[in-house]
Amino acid sequence: MSFHLILFLAFGAVCVAGAVNLLAQRHPINSALSLIAVMAALAGEYLLLGAEFVAAVQVIVYAGAIMVLFVFVIMLLNAGVEDETKGSHVAIIFGVPGMLISSVLMAWVVLRHSNTGSVAIGALPGHPTDIAQLLFHDFLLPFEVTSVLILIAIMGAVVLASKPESSAGKAD
Amino acid sequence: MVPLSYYLLLSGFLFGCGVVGFLIKRNIITIFMSIELMLNGVNLSFVAFAARWHALAGQIFVFFVMVVAAAEAAVGLAIIISVYRTRETLNVDQVNLLKL
Amino acid sequence: MNPMLNLWLIPILPLAGAAINGFFGNRSSRRAVTTIALFFSGAAFAMALWVAARFSSLSLPYQEFLAHWIRSGSFTADFAFYLDQLSLVMLLVVTGVGFLIHIYSVGYMWDDPGYYRFFSYLNLFMFFMLTLVLAGNYLLMFIGWEGVGLASYLLIGFWFTKDSAASAGKKAFIVNRIGDFGFLIALFLLIKHFGSLNFEQVFGGVLPLHTEPAGGLLTAIGILLMVGACGKSAQIPLYVWLPDAMEGPTPVSALIHAATMVTAGVYMVSRSHVIFERAPIALTVVAIIGTLTAFFAATIGITQTDIKKVLAYSTVSQLGYMFMACGVGAFSAGIFHLMTHAFFKGLLFLAAGSVIHAVGGEQDMRKMGGLRTKIPWTFWTMTAATLAISGIPGFSGFFSKDEILWRSYQASWAYWLIGVVTALLTSFYMFRLWFMTFFGEYRGEADAHGHGGHTPQDAHATHGHAGIHESPRVMVIPLVILAFLAVFGGYVGVPGSLGGNNRFDKFLGPVFHGSAPANPETTAMGEKGAPEQETEGPEPKRGISTELMFTGISVLAAFTGFGFAWLLYYKRVDLPQKIAASLGGLYRGVAHKYYIDELYAAVFVRPLINGSTRILWQGVDRNIIDAAVNDAGDDAGRVSDEVRQMQSGNIRSYAGWIAAGSALVIAFMIWMGVR
Repeated sequence: MSFHLILFLAFGAVCVAGAVNLLAQRHPINSALSLIAVMAALAGEYLLLGAEFVAAVQVIVYAGAIMVLFVFVIMLLNAGVEDETKGSHVAIIFGVPGMLISSVLMAWVVLRHSNTGSVAIGALPGHPTDIAQLLFHDFLLPFEVTSVLILIAIMGAVVLASKPESSAGKAD
Repeated sequence: MVPLSYYLLLSGFLFGCGVVGFLIKRNIITIFMSIELMLNGVNLSFVAFAARWHALAGQIFVFFVMVVAAAEAAVGLAIIISVYRTRETLNVDQVNLLKL
Repeated sequence: MNPMLNLWLIPILPLAGAAINGFFGNRSSRRAVTTIALFFSGAAFAMALWVAARFSSLSLPYQEFLAHWIRSGSFTADFAFYLDQLSLVMLLVVTGVGFLIHIYSVGYMWDDPGYYRFFSYLNLFMFFMLTLVLAGNYLLMFIGWEGVGLASYLLIGFWFTKDSAASAGKKAFIVNRIGDFGFLIALFLLIKHFGSLNFEQVFGGVLPLHTEPAGGLLTAIGILLMVGACGKSAQIPLYVWLPDAMEGPTPVSALIHAATMVTAGVYMVSRSHVIFERAPIALTVVAIIGTLTAFFAATIGITQTDIKKVLAYSTVSQLGYMFMACGVGAFSAGIFHLMTHAFFKGLLFLAAGSVIHAVGGEQDMRKMGGLRTKIPWTFWTMTAATLAISGIPGFSGFFSKDEILWRSYQASWAYWLIGVVTALLTSFYMFRLWFMTFFGEYRGEADAHGHGGHTPQDAHATHGHAGIHESPRVMVIPLVILAFLAVFGGYVGVPGSLGGNNRFDKFLGPVFHGSAPANPETTAMGEKGAPEQETEGPEPKRGISTELMFTGISVLAAFTGFGFAWLLYYKRVDLPQKIAASLGGLYRGVAHKYYIDELYAAVFVRPLINGSTRILWQGVDRNIIDAAVNDAGDDAGRVSDEVRQMQSGNIRSYAGWIAAGSALVIAFMIWMGVR
């Protein structure tokens, strides 16, 4: 029972609990908070694996920006408790069992080939310098492309969310 | 020394929860959050494999996934706002005009 | 080596005429249509004469290859032509008589609105008939065979707005088809066993074979060919279309149903004599059918009152003679009779047309009479033809019919006896026609204004000439030419016993002789095709005097028929009624053609129509085929209605389907990976 394993199980438990809670809660704000908890726990997992930069970015961007955006929208739209509507039978009947089946299958595959080895704690240190080296040399093109993507997303979001009184379709 | 398969199982579990959440939740925003959960699960498996194979490219990929998730969240929430303005509801079952 | 005669031009010229008149005749003047039609058919005749002139310098058989047609494995059939004495005789008869009838039709059909169409069809017929006669293989001959059937259908139903004409055309075509079925099976057998339909190859393959006294392949082929001939040449049991074919214009009856098309069967059987000579059973079948038909049709002919119907049954009867001749192995006698028949029967029909034209459309002989003085040219030419057909000595029919009777006696006295009785009947009904039409008092309604009987059979009859009048020159001249041939055409075949040298038989000798089967057993059928060194030349003395005796008997029969006709239709015209009344039912049966048409209708036609309606149409077509298609459509609709439910617009159900689908894919991939 190494220290690594204990820490892994701890963070893993938080993840699992948060994920299940996301499903269980009826109010979206509760689901959002559970999701934040999941993301924080995941940051911990990343640290265990040595990906310090990624863990930091996870907390700052994902938990700090994206989830905040979610919470803002929930509050803006005054989302309340979910109504009980009879939606779709298919989703429940086919979708959930399907998902369960594929999860079971994948788990089975993973466990069968469990000779993939182990990971040590802090196995691959992800220093910012190394990441920057890769990012701006080998992955320069995807980097630039994603920056353009963000720009487009900003413009799109602004346009879509703007009030209808202001002329629709004009990004100002 | 934690076996890689543990990380993969956790990642798979998170992904599965995301899918199930997508299927059973009726609030659009909650569905979106399930999507984010799925992406997180995938990120975890990327980092785990990067650590296993000592390939830093895995972490770079996580970086890009996050960027794209951010962009998608922004645009998606903007769409949700528009839909709310038009249909006055956040219940996904009532956004069903695209049908035969 | 033979020079290139370009035989292919002979059929193609009338085809060109048919095409030009067919496409442009509608907008052309009558004069133009006439010129085209006469030019091309005349050109074919001129070319036939030219070929005849060069005939003696050819080495026979002359074969000409025009183009490749079918090359399928080892089977080839080409557009190839074949010329020997037999083809030459047929060629000259078809083009000569055809051209004369074209000229006649100019006058006969002048007032018909379908003038150009008539000549287009007529030229088309010439094309097909010439193809049939000149063909070098059975397949090309079959094309001509079918084509003349088609032309016959078009021309019989020329006045297609008339129900009876359209039906008659259909009847002719369909009954012909039944015969063609037999012909086709024979062709298939030939292909299977000889590998080709080329005359040279087939006959070359048949020559070394032995006679089949008890049947076999050649017998089967022979009988099937005869089935085809029965259809085309109107023999029992497929003769029923020929009397109905009189619905067509009279020149059509003359050309197609007397002189040329119906003789195609005789030509075909003669051409295949090599096969028949080795199949005595088939030959017997041919002879029996011919003899029976000759007698049967003659009995019907004596009761008919429509002038064209009498001639129609007469044609069937005379064709029976030709087949009787072929059936006893006297192929050249059959062809001789074919030639003289073309002359006198063509003349009879044309003259009958002239009579009908004169009395304004009336065809019932009971309404004619006393026309002798009013239409002299028609009268005299028709007299010549009547004398010829009745076998009065000195005329062409006498020589040809006598030849047949003599040769048939040598096969069996039964053939001869029936033949003589038929000759008596022939003479009787022909002179009956002659007396009823031209002698006595005029019993019709054509008065000074020229309006003739009701419902004129021919559209032309409504021109307003005055009274009963002779036909125009353009119609009379062919009559005269044919009369000349009917009288003198027989002198090419005067038999040795009467002092001639039978040039005709000698001319056709190389075609028919020297092809006897190798085995010397001559069966009970006599010496058909056995290598006779002589044809009619030096014979045993007993033969000559016997032949003269039989000639005398047939002449006696002819005059007896004339005598009866004179008695019943000139001297004591009240007698026929009394005789008919006393014979009662028998007379009625014969007058109604033995109810054969009704029998066929009940046994074949109606069950077929009923079966076709109930089983094939309602059962198969509607309930099975249509239902299958309709159900397929309905099923597709229903399935799509079900599948359509998937597009509910509900996002979660879409997600559900995606999840389920991806589960399947993942399962499949894992399974593949595990394997």
